[in-house]
Amino acid sequence: MNMVQALNSALDVKLEDDPDILTFGEDVGYFGGVFRVTDKLQEKYGLTRCFDTPISEGGIVATAIGMGAYGLRPVVEIQFADYILPAFDQLVSEAARLRYRSNGEFWAPITVRVPYGGGIFGGQTHSQSPEALFAHVVGLKSVIPSNPYDAKGLLISAIEDDDPVIFFEPKRLYNGLFEGRPDDPVKPWKDHPLADVPEDVYRIPLGKARMVREGADVTVLAYGTMVHVALSAIEECGIDAELIDLRSIVPLDIDAIVESVQRTGRCVIAHEASRYGGFGGELSALVQERCFHHLRAPIERVAGWDTPYPHAFEWDYFPGPQRVIDAMQRTQEV
Amino acid sequence: MATSRETAANKRSSSKSGPARRTSGGAKKAATPDQGQSDLIRKPPEIAKFTTEEDSQAYRDMLLIRRFEEKAGQLYGRGLIGGFCHLYIGQEAVVTGVQMVLKEGDQVITAYRDHGHMLATGMDPKGVMAELTGRRGGYSKGKGGSMHMFSRDKHFYGGHGIVGAQVSLGTGLAFANRYRGNDNLCCTYFGDGAANQGQVYESFNMASLWDLPVIYIIENNQYAMGTSVTRSSAETHFNQRGVSFRIPGMEVDGMDVRAVKAAAEEAAEFVRGGNGPIILEMKTYRYRGHSMSDPAKYRSKEEVDKMKDREHDPIERVKARLIDGGMSEEDVKAIDKEIRGVINEAAEFAQNDPEPDPSELWTDIYAEDGSEAA
Ligand SMILES: Cc1ncc(C[n+]2csc(CCOP(=O)(O)OP(=O)(O)O)c2C)c(N)n1
Ligand SMILES: [Mg+2]
Repeated sequence: MNMVQALNSALDVKLEDDPDILTFGEDVGYFGGVFRVTDKLQEKYGLTRCFDTPISEGGIVATAIGMGAYGLRPVVEIQFADYILPAFDQLVSEAARLRYRSNGEFWAPITVRVPYGGGIFGGQTHSQSPEALFAHVVGLKSVIPSNPYDAKGLLISAIEDDDPVIFFEPKRLYNGLFEGRPDDPVKPWKDHPLADVPEDVYRIPLGKARMVREGADVTVLAYGTMVHVALSAIEECGIDAELIDLRSIVPLDIDAIVESVQRTGRCVIAHEASRYGGFGGELSALVQERCFHHLRAPIERVAGWDTPYPHAFEWDYFPGPQRVIDAMQRTQEV
Repeated sequence: MATSRETAANKRSSSKSGPARRTSGGAKKAATPDQGQSDLIRKPPEIAKFTTEEDSQAYRDMLLIRRFEEKAGQLYGRGLIGGFCHLYIGQEAVVTGVQMVLKEGDQVITAYRDHGHMLATGMDPKGVMAELTGRRGGYSKGKGGSMHMFSRDKHFYGGHGIVGAQVSLGTGLAFANRYRGNDNLCCTYFGDGAANQGQVYESFNMASLWDLPVIYIIENNQYAMGTSVTRSSAETHFNQRGVSFRIPGMEVDGMDVRAVKAAAEEAAEFVRGGNGPIILEMKTYRYRGHSMSDPAKYRSKEEVDKMKDREHDPIERVKARLIDGGMSEEDVKAIDKEIRGVINEAAEFAQNDPEPDPSELWTDIYAEDGSEAA
């Protein structure tokens, strides 16, 4: 399965499994989603369990929270991560705080699916990676799969989770692998081992990172699209790097990170989002706090530039493999 | 806020009077029980006849948009334009008819289906096309793309990719007109889909409360991406969306440029008269998919073909009138040829203009460009 099919399969098996689960969003029902993630689900589960909403992100998320407080498990789609901001207030002020504020009487077991990221010529309003905004909000979880197998297993865990989960889907990976090399032909998922996705229910726990590649010289931390960019960079430059796919940034598998960096003594952090105030800053602080005596070089961050996402300079902005290679090399020079 | 509101409101009440003028100040405006809603749902005015000059102007203006969009579609197909590109084909009469009644200084703001609006305000087709191809000579130096272009000179305030956002911005522009005490209005365009965003209603309330000179033009092309109006809207008569804010609305045949112009004329007079906002629901249709990547499988070919036929197509209708009115086929062809020339020139420019310098990535982020690549 490609990533779209894997996500569709996760929704399908959970809708089948639990009548309290429902899914909705803009173009989600009749049309099956602009990226086809909810394809055929309305046909199969009917209009009350898979449906279209008006273009009202605030309302979509807010009604989901209300449904969730009463025991339903809504899975909503925000068509692009860039459109989630009208719903930000509801996520921050209501979803994230409901449990704490109600003394544990109520909570919001909702999942918000959001295609994010660049590399699709989307420009300013269709390319952003806003995960740091959500990671900063106590009470929300943020999950970011990088391949079809993880996408299904993580989405099922997110849906079953009793806390609000923002589920970031790297849209550049939906239909094929992308290594940050825009001139390469599209690589379909089908030849990839992680495209072998079981039809049934399975779970990948939130907060458990994946070791992508073991290595001794430097630890590279990445998630989403950047996992593949980093892997390709490692293969190209020949540095014996260890690559960890974080899979979720809240909760974070800090043990896996610490164990690795203490061994390699070097760390590169890669994300698409702009650098200043990005999640790389938090990762860097954590590594420094826990691995200070093991570090043999400054921690490096590879990120989008601190500019809006431009229309004309997609490949200058996107942190491609060369930027990852440069950062890994800098850690080796010390 | 309160102070400036009062100042603006007072200015207006002492300097203007209009036929159905409301007194400013929230409380006085409330409907009395017998006032009902009947005054709010208005019949569109009679369609005025166009002079030959008006018809030929409308023909040119609409054809310019159509040919521009067709060319953009071709360049997109050849990979010269990337990313998102939303064509306005089919809806040309709306912006053309409205523009005919605007005066210098009136602002225009819209969403991402914006090429037509830019051309109608008189922006240069070269600069628009070059923005699509991401070149230096584009209106945003290639950094904005199809959805994000602006022109201070033509009072065009964008080009907005976030659905509904421009509705509130347009309301603020109208406030600024009022505050300055000028006689300008703001044309705020949005779609049937955008009409469901919460901020639209926040804006309606403010605009009506403060009697702001704004025309809300809802381009109801019956679809928001793949979702038809009936699947997303509890009230599908968008001209009635302002009723609970005491904003009058008209439903207008958006495929007939004369009907659009007549309605816009009445609306402009109303808002310039200090009566607060008005809503024009333009019934229209987009012929192409939502964007270049949309095969539009959610509607039938028959439905689309019916709207495109000679009787409905806004451009064919004007052309037929021109010919009936005595314009020769040759003269019509001469206009077509001239427009094609303008568009070809724009396309040439957009392909040959150099790409912007990568240092441009770092400009126009803050008032002072001090940042640099880290
Ligand atoms: C806040 C936000 N939500 C969703 C979208 C995605 N989106 C872009 S256009 C569109 C449909 C809008 O339809 P309508 O307002 O009717 O305008 P039309 O495309 O028909 O001109 C949607 C859902 C967006 N750009 N911004
Ligand atoms: Mg529409």
